[in-house]
Amino acid sequence: MKLSSLASRPIAAAAAAVFVGTLVACAPTPDPVAVVDDKVDLTGQTIRVTLANHVWTESIKPLIPQFEAETGAKVEITQLAEDQLSDQYNVKLNAGTDEIDVMMYRPLQENKLFASNGYLYDITAIASADAEWDWADFQPGPAALTSYEGAVVGVPIITERTTLYYRKDLLEAAGVAVPTTLDELYAAAAAVHAANPDVAGYIGRTGKSAAVTQFSAFLHSFGGTWINADGTSAIGSAQARAAYEYYGKLIRDHTNATINPEMSWPEAVAVFQQGQAAFIADADSLYKNFTDPEKSTVSDKIGFAPFPAGPAGSKPYNVAAWALGINDASANKAAAWEFVKWATSKAITIETAKLGVMGARTSVWANAAATAEYPAELIEAIQINGANGVGLDRPLVISVARARELVGEPIVTAIAGGNLASSIDKATADFDAFLLDDK
Amino acid sequence: MSDTAIRNQASRRERFSAWANKNRKWVLAGPSMIFVALLLTVPLGWTLFLSFTDARRSVRRPFDLNGIDNYVSILTDTARFWPAVGRTFAFTGGALFFQLVLGMMVALLLWKPFRGQGVVRTIVLLPLVATPVAVGMMWRLLFEPNIGFVNEFIGWFGIPPQPWLADPNTSLATLTFVDVWQWTPMVALILLAGLTSLPEEPLEAARVDGASSWQRFWLIIVPLMWPVIAVAILLRGIDALKTFDLLYATKGKGGGAFNDVETLNVYAYGLSFDYNEYGVASAVLIFFFLMILGVIWILRMLSKVK
Repeated sequence: MKLSSLASRPIAAAAAAVFVGTLVACAPTPDPVAVVDDKVDLTGQTIRVTLANHVWTESIKPLIPQFEAETGAKVEITQLAEDQLSDQYNVKLNAGTDEIDVMMYRPLQENKLFASNGYLYDITAIASADAEWDWADFQPGPAALTSYEGAVVGVPIITERTTLYYRKDLLEAAGVAVPTTLDELYAAAAAVHAANPDVAGYIGRTGKSAAVTQFSAFLHSFGGTWINADGTSAIGSAQARAAYEYYGKLIRDHTNATINPEMSWPEAVAVFQQGQAAFIADADSLYKNFTDPEKSTVSDKIGFAPFPAGPAGSKPYNVAAWALGINDASANKAAAWEFVKWATSKAITIETAKLGVMGARTSVWANAAATAEYPAELIEAIQINGANGVGLDRPLVISVARARELVGEPIVTAIAGGNLASSIDKATADFDAFLLDDK
Repeated sequence: MSDTAIRNQASRRERFSAWANKNRKWVLAGPSMIFVALLLTVPLGWTLFLSFTDARRSVRRPFDLNGIDNYVSILTDTARFWPAVGRTFAFTGGALFFQLVLGMMVALLLWKPFRGQGVVRTIVLLPLVATPVAVGMMWRLLFEPNIGFVNEFIGWFGIPPQPWLADPNTSLATLTFVDVWQWTPMVALILLAGLTSLPEEPLEAARVDGASSWQRFWLIIVPLMWPVIAVAILLRGIDALKTFDLLYATKGKGGGAFNDVETLNVYAYGLSFDYNEYGVASAVLIFFFLMILGVIWILRMLSKVK
């Protein structure tokens, strides 16, 4: 067989692999956008919106025909899972695409990266010019996360806090009270598991990167943090070490099952939905996954509690999980802003809040009608968690994905019961080196 | 238009027509050849260029040439890069070995006609038509350590449950098994095509001379089949080297919690899509590309050995 004929296949394959990482094109010159007035007619215009699979997306989709009817615009939606969404942005925004007008993104993960890359359009002027839409109504914490170097580059749409979900029936049967401290949580998990050997006392995210955000509540409640004020790694502190150890033991000690070391929230929540765990601490924005009878076999037995207090008190995160931004290379920024403005307006935020989305507008949380459908216990937990909350759940750096893997390494070791001290030492050294480079 | 002008135009058309007729293989194949060449060379050239730069976060940001820094950094990286190279070869070697052995056994079984041969062939080929991502998801569920069918199944024989994909010590071997399950039929198909085209005479002569089945297989069938076996090794080997979908669908980013199934492809993907380190990712991909070419060259040399 000739080399030439054989070689064409691997060359094509290798080239295709190479091609994925290097999709680039010339960036079109962004055009200036005027401050649009309220009654702008968008007839004949198409707004291309990229959204993540999320409760918010499901809530807003049925409302979009209203927007189309009011403005005459056509909204084209691309909806993707979180990882695929990130990949899409990496490829398309890197290539300077104008095929995305509005994008749903994760401020904590991507705001710094996208804004410093020039992907996000600066909406400071148009956002502050519209008194009726009212930028000041957005909670300061989430609003800060969608700003970059003093400019507003996104509008927060969903906020979330770590909430403790528990099985009311199991706690009652085991005669255990709802834990208010992390020590009580450990004891309660042990008691429920002892009474029900097939049930895990506690289930949580285990994946190296995925677990970082939920682990942050434990880290902060133990008095630790990710990065010291001087910009060095803080994960080697005594408090952080105690938090890693606690989290590992909490998951490892109270189960008979083999622990899957790659769980993100869908896998961990699935275990809970199947009735195989007594406690889980995860985002309150996911509560419908627990209470929806179509998804959960224990939907009528769910309790909600504020995050238990550690040695440094109860310190769950309270952050903007998702935001809407406008692609800086979009040729359609005026129409894109009209969509963002509509989707984040007071009226629509109240509508989506009724469907279970916890928005970032202060006025909506004050509106009793918006939260009437929420379980009372959840509202209480949200309010307490909101008051105690810390404004970050992961290291706020530019290359967040890499940072999460580094600080997440000891979580995996802790859950697996490996040599935690050396894992933390190594992670500290790696994270320090990373922080020096992440400028 | 004057008569002269019309005549000129006609003669130009004739000249072009004559030229096109003479060179018609180039005229007809030219556009697609240029297209394919561009599709190969532009991305490859761009990747090669990026591999000598410090491009990161976005290729729309300014970046500088940094010589061979990226190559030095990957070639001295014993934490992620070299283990990934090792895993790439372990996965490919393991998969290829079992696929060849089992593929040959299946091909020999299907060689001689028997009743229901068509049905058996179809069933054997079924794994081949499944999408690797779907296959990955299916086996991930089957190998689930707590509720998966595989542990249930081995439990019937008194074997204790195994962690399979959940344990870094067994995950790569488990995925090698899945690859063998999916691609053995293709190897069997290629080898079967080779077997059916074998001349009868040498085998008959060997039988008359009293050669055993094993002797006929090892001393006659294998040498005669060698060019076909080489093709099977080449096609399957290259395919296995660049496996991505199965690994990503079952273990996710970074090849699992302990990077336990992170091959070069998965590593390059992570560098590019998770870390946005385009310079380093390009260096890994160029290394990978050269490695594949090297493997092709070695296999080509082997296929000449009779």
